[in-house]
Amino acid sequence: MSRRRQRLIKSWLIHSAALLLTVLILAPVIWMGLMSVSSTNDLTTVPLHWIPAEWDFSRYVKLLTITENTTGAAFTASLRNSMVVAGLGAMLALIIGIPAAWAVSRMPRRFSWMLHVSVATYMLPPVALVVPMYFALSGMGALNSVFSLALIYLSILAPFTAWLLKSNFDNVPFEIEQAAMMDGANLWQIMRNVTLPLAAPGLTTAGLFAFLLAWDEFFYALLFTSDQRAKTLTVAIADLAGGRIADYGLIAAAGIIAALPPVIIGFGLQKALISGLTTGGVKG
Amino acid sequence: MIENRWMSSRAWFLPLPLLLVMAAIIGWPFLWTLWTSFTNAKLIAPGADWVGLSNYINALGNPLFQSALLVTIKFTVISVLIEFAVGLSAGLLLDQDFRGRTLLRALMILPWALPTVVNATMWRLIYQPDFGALNSMLTQLGMIDGYRSWLGEPSSALWAVCLADAWKNFPLVALICLAALQSVPGELKAAATIDGAGFLKKFRAVYLPFLVGPLTVAIVLRTIEAFKVFDIIWVMTRGGPANSTKSLSIVVYQEAFSFQRAGSGASIALIVALISAILTAVYVTAMRRQAEVR
Repeated sequence: MSRRRQRLIKSWLIHSAALLLTVLILAPVIWMGLMSVSSTNDLTTVPLHWIPAEWDFSRYVKLLTITENTTGAAFTASLRNSMVVAGLGAMLALIIGIPAAWAVSRMPRRFSWMLHVSVATYMLPPVALVVPMYFALSGMGALNSVFSLALIYLSILAPFTAWLLKSNFDNVPFEIEQAAMMDGANLWQIMRNVTLPLAAPGLTTAGLFAFLLAWDEFFYALLFTSDQRAKTLTVAIADLAGGRIADYGLIAAAGIIAALPPVIIGFGLQKALISGLTTGGVKG
Repeated sequence: MIENRWMSSRAWFLPLPLLLVMAAIIGWPFLWTLWTSFTNAKLIAPGADWVGLSNYINALGNPLFQSALLVTIKFTVISVLIEFAVGLSAGLLLDQDFRGRTLLRALMILPWALPTVVNATMWRLIYQPDFGALNSMLTQLGMIDGYRSWLGEPSSALWAVCLADAWKNFPLVALICLAALQSVPGELKAAATIDGAGFLKKFRAVYLPFLVGPLTVAIVLRTIEAFKVFDIIWVMTRGGPANSTKSLSIVVYQEAFSFQRAGSGASIALIVALISAILTAVYVTAMRRQAEVR
């Protein structure tokens, strides 16, 4: 009897802890969602109206409407810039990361120092690199450009991508490559026809992680972009939050839109993330 | 692993693009910063004179630097400790059997995937002094008498920022714990239960050996990351009120870009880099030890 009771208490404790954790994770995000559809009246009463009297989706319309010189034009431009910068950055990281990671995976004794050096750059705070980067970009007239920003982002994306790719190539048995070599394939043919198809799922994962990192970046974007031509979403949101706009719902709606792509990708990457965590290959 | 003979003759050019890019966008800027830290270079005015170690000496004696160092250490210790405590508890919970476990595990991705700036903005709205959700909730629950400016008062601002940071980052620690706990053999867990070991005893004897390695790695990674903190503080408080949340990275940014003192900013940036390097050395040692255990 007491055994059963003990188990009941334990089960009750576990379930209430699980409920608490769920609320802890969901409440702030749900509140941001509710704010984005609440009327300004509901959001500026004391105490708050938690559930909106009527659902108001006008902020989303406002943010996504492209009319010149409006909040929407600036916001959609930053959305586009973020897509371009993160997409381009991830692509470049893969292009330079794949051959390097392949070489490290196949010839660790000769090349693994490179991976260690590039991962060690993680300790460098961006503030230790930013001033010379600023001089170089302004000297070349390349400030405020999505292309320069994507290039600068490689300093964050490339070491990380190469690291992920290396452990991915380790899982492709090199006997297959050797067999292809016996058949007379050259290095380029082996990489294109044998290794890359076998490693394809891992390449996608690495690319998506790189995309997430670039989408999240704020510091370089803050310093190197100045208007709609290159400002990214993170900078646009910081502008909204720090500006004089008193429409809290608008800020919340911008946050929801900016969070959607990485959250969708994040859920898609769930398995890869957890298996990466077990090997210590993924940073925050 | 046997090295691939066939590759070695022509392989030298494979890593070349990565090396060149890294040299151009990390190596060169770093060396430039290193050189500048020994000069009195200005951001805009040309010309710079060698001043030896005086930037470093001035920085170490500067009250603003000292307060920023203290803020950075406080931010790092508080956030990482909360992430560690909540993350470990959540990891242990997610290892239990209960309905909806799979769903809750998936939910842990949500804070992790939220962009840092969005997280900072979300909490800024929640902490808002006039109409914020935290004020409203605590008032309705009768826990505070009147609305407070959580980010506007030096006594609470740093804590508020730390909590926001911990909310985003504890799920990662939890998932790392969970992954480690899943590698504990089921027989071991069952045997401990049959022996009637209490929770603490079971934790120490069965779980802890599996947790130490991955947890050390997670904590050190989070510590390095927290020590470099800029984004979340910049969006939430810009270092205010009264410098109570001004971290070292924010001081460097302001030295170099607001006050145009590139040399002085560079010296502080390198002090941050040096401390991060020490933390990284700890990280690598921890990784090695974990590899040996395995």
